[in-house]
Amino acid sequence: MGQGMEVSPIVILFAAIFTSNMVLANFLGMCSFISVSNEYKTASGLGKAVTLVMVVTTVLNWLVYRWIVLPLGLEYLRFIIFIVVIAATVQIIEMVLDRYLPDLYIKLGIFLPLITVNCAILGISLFMVIRDYGFFQTLFFGIGSGLGWWLAISALAAIREKIAKNKLPYGLEGPAISFIITGIIALAFIGFSGIFIIQ
Amino acid sequence: MPILLTVLSVSLITTTLAVLVVISDRFLNNYGECQLDINDGDRVLTVTGGSSLLSSLALNKIFIPSACGGKATCGLCKVKLASESGPVLPTEEPYLTDEEMAEGIRLSCQLKVKENLTLFIPEELFRVQQFKATVTKITQQTHDIMEYRLSLVDPSEIEFKAGQYMQIDSKPYGSIRESVNRAYSIASLPSDNNGIELIVRLVPGGVCTTYMHEHLKEGDSVTIRGPFGDFYLHDGADELIFIAGGSGLAPIKSMVFDILEKKLDKKMTFFFGAVTKKDLYYVDLFTELAEKHDNFHYVPALSGPEEFDDWQGEVGLVTDVVDRYVQDAANMQGYLCGSPGMINACIKVLVKLGLSEDRIYFDKF
Repeated sequence: MGQGMEVSPIVILFAAIFTSNMVLANFLGMCSFISVSNEYKTASGLGKAVTLVMVVTTVLNWLVYRWIVLPLGLEYLRFIIFIVVIAATVQIIEMVLDRYLPDLYIKLGIFLPLITVNCAILGISLFMVIRDYGFFQTLFFGIGSGLGWWLAISALAAIREKIAKNKLPYGLEGPAISFIITGIIALAFIGFSGIFIIQ
Repeated sequence: MPILLTVLSVSLITTTLAVLVVISDRFLNNYGECQLDINDGDRVLTVTGGSSLLSSLALNKIFIPSACGGKATCGLCKVKLASESGPVLPTEEPYLTDEEMAEGIRLSCQLKVKENLTLFIPEELFRVQQFKATVTKITQQTHDIMEYRLSLVDPSEIEFKAGQYMQIDSKPYGSIRESVNRAYSIASLPSDNNGIELIVRLVPGGVCTTYMHEHLKEGDSVTIRGPFGDFYLHDGADELIFIAGGSGLAPIKSMVFDILEKKLDKKMTFFFGAVTKKDLYYVDLFTELAEKHDNFHYVPALSGPEEFDDWQGEVGLVTDVVDRYVQDAANMQGYLCGSPGMINACIKVLVKLGLSEDRIYFDKF
């Protein structure tokens, strides 16, 4: 703890994508990860939306934490504060997209409300507090975690699409096989450790 | 002191965010005034952009049928657009066929009004109104079918064609927190225009039918909309076959009485299918009617009468009974109302008896 200042933002970026992947190392954001990974196209859309929201909310939460929560000594309220900031941000992002980037809105729009309750988003904000990150570290941590989540759900969805027509034992259909696949992907990702070390 | 600070800061932060959301809604969701050109300039409405087409039209008293209230789960609120309206949303895709998408049909609850739109709405929907009504009489017809008499309060008169249906809004009850709306055919006559009668069969677990059967009481006020639907008398035949099951009797009753009242020169046969005698209702009413009018025949049929029913009438599935009664249906018209299973079976029989499918009209529920 408290060593955050020493790690380079670039290292944090790659670590967040590979070795400390939000889903595969921390198992956060599992609900949508499992339920929206039937189709590559949709999964990738959700991944993009998560990345966007993650970057914006982590940075906002960093600002709120440094300028409001810490000076007022409200650390014990950070869960509530972070979650309301996330909820409001998602609402506003939705409106901005609808207004200025209608094409993107059509692709991401239906996922945005879903993301408010994605625990990976809150998880990132809490990690950034625990690890005492500075602004750029937080920014790159947000980008990396988002990309990592996108990578993980795209990988799972692509595999699930490939095996969709294969026969599975009855009890392994659906979420069960997804968990097994996730486990195997996670094992593979552990192979990246040693390249980048976080914390 | 810390408690006060906590409450204060949480309230302040949430209020600030709420204000931010409201402000962004005000500016980002503000698409100014948009013109809706309906049916080639028949009606031009000016609405404030930013909300769905369905609600914008409803504000102008044009009620597109919708059973889910704008959640994209019923797929009823289809509207045809002539102007470019942006790509079809993923939420609409499951309800639109490829041909419909090519024609520019959209779900009006999902389409946000952001610019001037040109659209087509069937003429009869302009006659749709929202009514406040009072339940004046509830009559138990069978063990699971009730009849409701509603008196119209505001507006106090309705114009509809016999066979059309109304939508009624349920109110939250018990563990059901939401209001839903469901469609029920009008059983009363168009000439009786100060009120309507609905016939509702209790569907186990049904949100609205449970509300109607167990929670709606005489004297209650309800909100209804209508009339909807294209199930009404069409020209082109002097001999008509009506087939109904369960609460499907409602629109048929309205049509038969309407034809007799207007003294139209039509020969009518009404087949009503039920399982046992306890599922039959309005038997005396229709028997009397058949005795009074030479051009109306009434054939109730039971598919599984109990021994104690002491049933003298027709026995068998209503399709078999129709098959026995009718020799050549080629010049007739068929009007069917009931469950999809019953209707599909009846269409098969009628086609076998020589009736072409475009002369068969039905209302499935």
